[in-house]
Amino acid sequence: MNNSLEYDAVLMLEDGSKFHGTGFGKPSTVVGEVVFTTGMVGYTESLTDPSFGGQLLSFTYPLIGNYGVPDYSNYDEYSLPAHFESSKIQPSGVIVNELCTSPNHWSSTKTFDEWLKSEEITGISNIDTRSLTLKIRESGVMMGAISYDPNNSINPDSVLSNAKSYDTFEFFKNVSTPSPQTYGNSDDMIVILDFGVKNGILRNVLKRNYSATVVPYNYNLNQIMEYNPKGIIISNGPGDPQRCTDYLDTIKQICNSPIPTLGICLGHQLISLSLGASTYKLQYGHRGQNKSCKDLISGRSYVTSQNHGYAVDIDSLSKTDLKPWFVNLDDNSLEGVRHINNSCIAVQFHPEAHPGPYDTSYVFDEFFNMVVGDSN
Amino acid sequence: MSDKIKKILVLGSGAIKIGEAGEFDYSGSQCIKALKEEGIDSVLVNPNIATIQTDSRICPKVYSIPVVPEFVTKVIEKERPDAILLSFGGQTALNCGIQLNKQGILSKYNVKVLGTKIRGIEITEDRDLFKQKMTESGIDTPKSRAVYSLDEAKELVKELGYPVMIRAAYTLGGKGGGVAHNEYELDEIVIKGIANSLTKQVLIEEYLGEWKQIEYEIMRDSEGNCVTVCNMENVLGMKVHTGDNIVVAPSQTITNREYHKLREIAIKAATACEIVGECNVQFSLDPNSEDYNVIEINARLSRSSALASKATGYPLAYLAAKVVLGKTLPELFNQVTGVTTACFEPSLDYLVVKMPRWDLKKFENVSRKIGTQMKSVGEIMSIGSTFEEALQKAIRMVDIDKLGLCQPDFHSDSDPETLEDNLVHFSDEILFHVVESLRSNMSPEEISRISTIDKWFVDKINNVVDIERKLLKNPTLIDKSIILDAKKKGFSDKQLSLYLDKEESEIREIRTNYGILPRTKQIDTLAAEWPAQTNYLYITYDGSTDDVIPSNKKKLIVLGAGTYRIGSSVEFDWSTMNMVWALKERGYDIVVVNCNPETVSTDYDMSDSLYFEEITLERVLDIYDKEQPDGLVACVGGQIANNLVNKLQKYDIKLFGTSSSNIDRAENREKFSALLDEIGVSQPSWQTFSSLDTAYEFAKEQKYPLLVRPSYVLSGAAMRVIWTDDNLKTFLEDAAKVNADYPVVVSKFIQDAREIEVDAVSDGDNIFIGAILEHIEKAGVHSGDAIMTIPPRTLDPSEEALIIDYTNKIAKQLKIKGPFNTQFIVKDGSVSVIECNLRASRSMPFVSKYSGVNLMQMAASAILGQTISSSFHNYRNIKSVGVKVPQFSFMQLDGADPNLGVEMQSTGEVACFGKNFYDAFLKSLISAGYNIPRKNGSILVSIGGTEKKQKLLPVIKKFSKLGFKTFATEHTADFLDSNNIDSIALYKIGEYERKPNLEDYLIKREFDLIINIPIIKSSTNADSIIEDEYLIRRKAVELGIPVITTIELAEVFVDGIDWLNENKLTIMQTAKQ
Repeated sequence: MNNSLEYDAVLMLEDGSKFHGTGFGKPSTVVGEVVFTTGMVGYTESLTDPSFGGQLLSFTYPLIGNYGVPDYSNYDEYSLPAHFESSKIQPSGVIVNELCTSPNHWSSTKTFDEWLKSEEITGISNIDTRSLTLKIRESGVMMGAISYDPNNSINPDSVLSNAKSYDTFEFFKNVSTPSPQTYGNSDDMIVILDFGVKNGILRNVLKRNYSATVVPYNYNLNQIMEYNPKGIIISNGPGDPQRCTDYLDTIKQICNSPIPTLGICLGHQLISLSLGASTYKLQYGHRGQNKSCKDLISGRSYVTSQNHGYAVDIDSLSKTDLKPWFVNLDDNSLEGVRHINNSCIAVQFHPEAHPGPYDTSYVFDEFFNMVVGDSN
Repeated sequence: MSDKIKKILVLGSGAIKIGEAGEFDYSGSQCIKALKEEGIDSVLVNPNIATIQTDSRICPKVYSIPVVPEFVTKVIEKERPDAILLSFGGQTALNCGIQLNKQGILSKYNVKVLGTKIRGIEITEDRDLFKQKMTESGIDTPKSRAVYSLDEAKELVKELGYPVMIRAAYTLGGKGGGVAHNEYELDEIVIKGIANSLTKQVLIEEYLGEWKQIEYEIMRDSEGNCVTVCNMENVLGMKVHTGDNIVVAPSQTITNREYHKLREIAIKAATACEIVGECNVQFSLDPNSEDYNVIEINARLSRSSALASKATGYPLAYLAAKVVLGKTLPELFNQVTGVTTACFEPSLDYLVVKMPRWDLKKFENVSRKIGTQMKSVGEIMSIGSTFEEALQKAIRMVDIDKLGLCQPDFHSDSDPETLEDNLVHFSDEILFHVVESLRSNMSPEEISRISTIDKWFVDKINNVVDIERKLLKNPTLIDKSIILDAKKKGFSDKQLSLYLDKEESEIREIRTNYGILPRTKQIDTLAAEWPAQTNYLYITYDGSTDDVIPSNKKKLIVLGAGTYRIGSSVEFDWSTMNMVWALKERGYDIVVVNCNPETVSTDYDMSDSLYFEEITLERVLDIYDKEQPDGLVACVGGQIANNLVNKLQKYDIKLFGTSSSNIDRAENREKFSALLDEIGVSQPSWQTFSSLDTAYEFAKEQKYPLLVRPSYVLSGAAMRVIWTDDNLKTFLEDAAKVNADYPVVVSKFIQDAREIEVDAVSDGDNIFIGAILEHIEKAGVHSGDAIMTIPPRTLDPSEEALIIDYTNKIAKQLKIKGPFNTQFIVKDGSVSVIECNLRASRSMPFVSKYSGVNLMQMAASAILGQTISSSFHNYRNIKSVGVKVPQFSFMQLDGADPNLGVEMQSTGEVACFGKNFYDAFLKSLISAGYNIPRKNGSILVSIGGTEKKQKLLPVIKKFSKLGFKTFATEHTADFLDSNNIDSIALYKIGEYERKPNLEDYLIKREFDLIINIPIIKSSTNADSIIEDEYLIRRKAVELGIPVITTIELAEVFVDGIDWLNENKLTIMQTAKQ
């Protein structure tokens, strides 16, 4: 792999369009839903965000890899990898315009390409990602395939045409923890029901001197209660929330219980679904670090980090015990809810940031205020 | 809040100077537009006559008077505004506002300060308060303390250790600041800094030169909603002032953690200062950890905010104006999409590079080193998909005769030590020094280590050098993939043609045949996530599709002026915009091409399409090909656009305006002189330079002084008055180099002649004369540096008739269609022509605003082939007098000599109107920063040569009569003594052991004014006298004491003081145009 203009790979979309580019990472043919993120920094955080499972992630910022890639063992004050949101790259493929081959940063230990290679992920560079974004914006997200296959061993057309729709997969099963994992050594415990939790959520628990136990998505309330949690977080995760109907009963019980509950992203959707609201797929999702949401209680607006392809239908809340909390200022879509019982809140965006701005970290403060209030 | 406010006073920034330039025309214009939309009347105070904001189209009520409390108070008394805006006119407006508040004027007249409160402004401006506030908020700042004296400074340095950074409070462009490595430098900078600071305070700070310099632009509303619109990284780090830095947006080398940590702190800092509106937060960031410091906050629109606006498409000044009126960000819309919120942070899917334009070569004694004090006079912004592309475009845009980072006609003779020294001590050529080092096989790591430029940037430059290596290896091989790679990395066709030994046109053809085509992309603020309703465009080779399909409406391309520089500044943005408006009114869609982020013409809503692009042959052809317009207008963008005409005419391009062959007949000195002879218009004796021998012969025949003039140049570049054979040789060689394609003409330099200019418009048959302007200084001072007045003061009717006759003859002969400016010299009743520019001129905004007739409106008709009325706009019907005065930035340019000559040195200008000459003249001087001494002041006089001493005698006598105490240098004192004028003799600065010494008096600021008339260069002993004179002038500049260097200015100055003792200065509204 180099920075030359050798076009040895191709990105194919469901609608038949092709973008020729240069392969990097692991030579292979990979398939997934093609989505774009507009964040200008944070590729290590984005690529390790489990919510990108099953997708081909395209960066709209044209220069990727500038500051290299640090080691996972570069820990922050919470003993979590400082620059990563999970322990591996989550999307099935990566699409960039210019790949940086000589990065420079004190924290970097490898190049972007070396990172992908080491994790056996396929990438394609020299793609006019703006042109790709325009197509997705106009036609909606669609399945695509990156074929970086020097031996021509696989026919990408057939791979793509045989690929099942993104919405049919249960990606969360691949990214959720197989067994409970505990972080921190405080006696005060928060349980995180894991559909693909980001490290950023853990950081926000540990930062406030609580411990966190991450439990598999299919844990029921009794299993959760064994940890005697002060609060429960229902995590973010990949895929269509409607693939998670089997777990809505548990979530509904959690929401209606007096235990303070926080839902984030997919967690927000699941809480809403469990209480009778409905969800829909967005034309091309919200993925970036620049989206403003209005807090309907304070009237203030905040810039948020977002990564979601589905949203909760704001009108459907009327059938539930949930009230709108945040709305998106651009398209007025729902970005957060509060239960009328005052012990359950949820947001569609990512208050934990990583990547993105910290403006809404007060959502965690609200959650922990409920936790403290509850224990008093 | 806003519903009670009906009228708002907006303060402008005055003349363009180093550190305060065209960006405030942009911010003020957007502000006034926003106020208008809210139904609020604006009253603008700004003496910068060439701005667009002072057009009656933008602001119906304009006072072209000094932005100082004395005058602004008069406007407040008269207009009784409800509120005042201080954040749209740079440091000038901010400082004026703080003083108005201190003097109680604002409370007396119940004028509200909108936006950030005075208290907040004071926190950001006062170094101690600021540090205290940041510390309280848990924000790191560099180790530092404010001091008020040199002793205090020395004491502090004992703690901090050298080097230290010195910053003056309440100044701009790092004025009066710098880095001191030792006690000697500390003395010098601290004294200068205290002299420059409004509060006589300087900050001594630990030096962080090796750290990264990162900036955030913040928008915050009155309810606390806050966004960072743009972040930027300074390629040269903390070593260089951001105004002189190469800046890239967004930041390139910082991680998500660093980006968002600094972002969060920026918001915290803005909140702590209770910013309402816009501010800029500047950080230093350790390149080896996440340690940072907040360096400063600018609680106002700034150069950086103008850049951020253009870089992102987020109209900061416009939205800041809405926000200070009390609107909240969530209720405002993103102006680009029209449907999404303004409460967002733009996402870029390209990058921009800002490159400064320096004109240091124009100043003999000025070092080309750059550092923490800003020296650049203009800037451009380039847009690309790769850093290499944007950087190479940027280099072409600053118009310094470079085709990019590399070109083959390069010879390095630098030894390793010089290379290294150049990497340590940056000059205006730092990028080329990096290239030179790479070519000498120094590794990017090594270069980065020595220079402290982040290796990422050096690697990118190395990528360009790599392509050069490939091209040099096999110059005969024209390989598609190399060309594609080169184009993606910003090589121009012309640049490639030099490596491949082809014509530029051949490269264009070859790559077109390969299908290597430029793509048009839109700037939409949201990285394509939402459709843009605007046509804000750039061109890149790093793309596979075009974003837009050009319309097939009737349309014209108008070329803008590119970078501001000495000689071409905001006046050409004025002509561009006024031409755009006039052509739109005449039914055309307009496509603007320009690349200067400090302009109004690069606001995307000012034209139907804006290409933020290079004004080069290649790019203009690209845009012409894409847009398929009805034609192209090149007569309003100044010299860059004008010089392109000749090249464009070889292609199938329809030029609107005077034909290219006639432009050539005016620009080519030889053709023009021949033409004047042919039509019987007199001119000084002339000869085309062909050999040194013939030139010597001409000199013998005509006698010195002679004038050497190259063709197609701007602002007198390489133009010289020559007094000796030796000088003739040197300067002829220089001039021949400046524009090798065109002839150099040598002509007789007529001494003691008056200089006259005519600004006019012609349709080919009819000529409309806007005004006749007279210079105060005698011919020999560049017209950009001369004080001008309308109406002329000394012209008699027969001279005037001759001038009009010559103007007519030239216009008809050259079949001029559009604006033109003709320059004359008049002596002893005879009139001769010295040059004619077939384009808009520097003085046209002044003329238009004086007379109320917009010359660009007339020019638009003329270039469209319509008939204009043939008349002379008779200034005798106008009761006022207009005087235009240049603004110099000598203080910022260490070593620059404030002596005037044929090469232009001023960076800007102001003009004021008055009931008579003195009324206008004095206001203009005050606007340009002069303090006018009243009765009983003191002057220092130092005059070179007996003849000049004699001429100045009446002036000195008048000063004496006015009660001025006169100090003089030794010989001048003797001369005055023999003429019965008392004076105190002072010894020269060079003779520092002899007392009383001039320098001591200068430092004590014993003089209100210095008259220093330099000796003529041909005189004997000139060299040592010249040095002595220079030292006086330079010291005076550093101490902020006004210096007069011409007899003519001294004459009107003393008469002005006399007049002012009996009269009051008026405030007068600018005429509607």
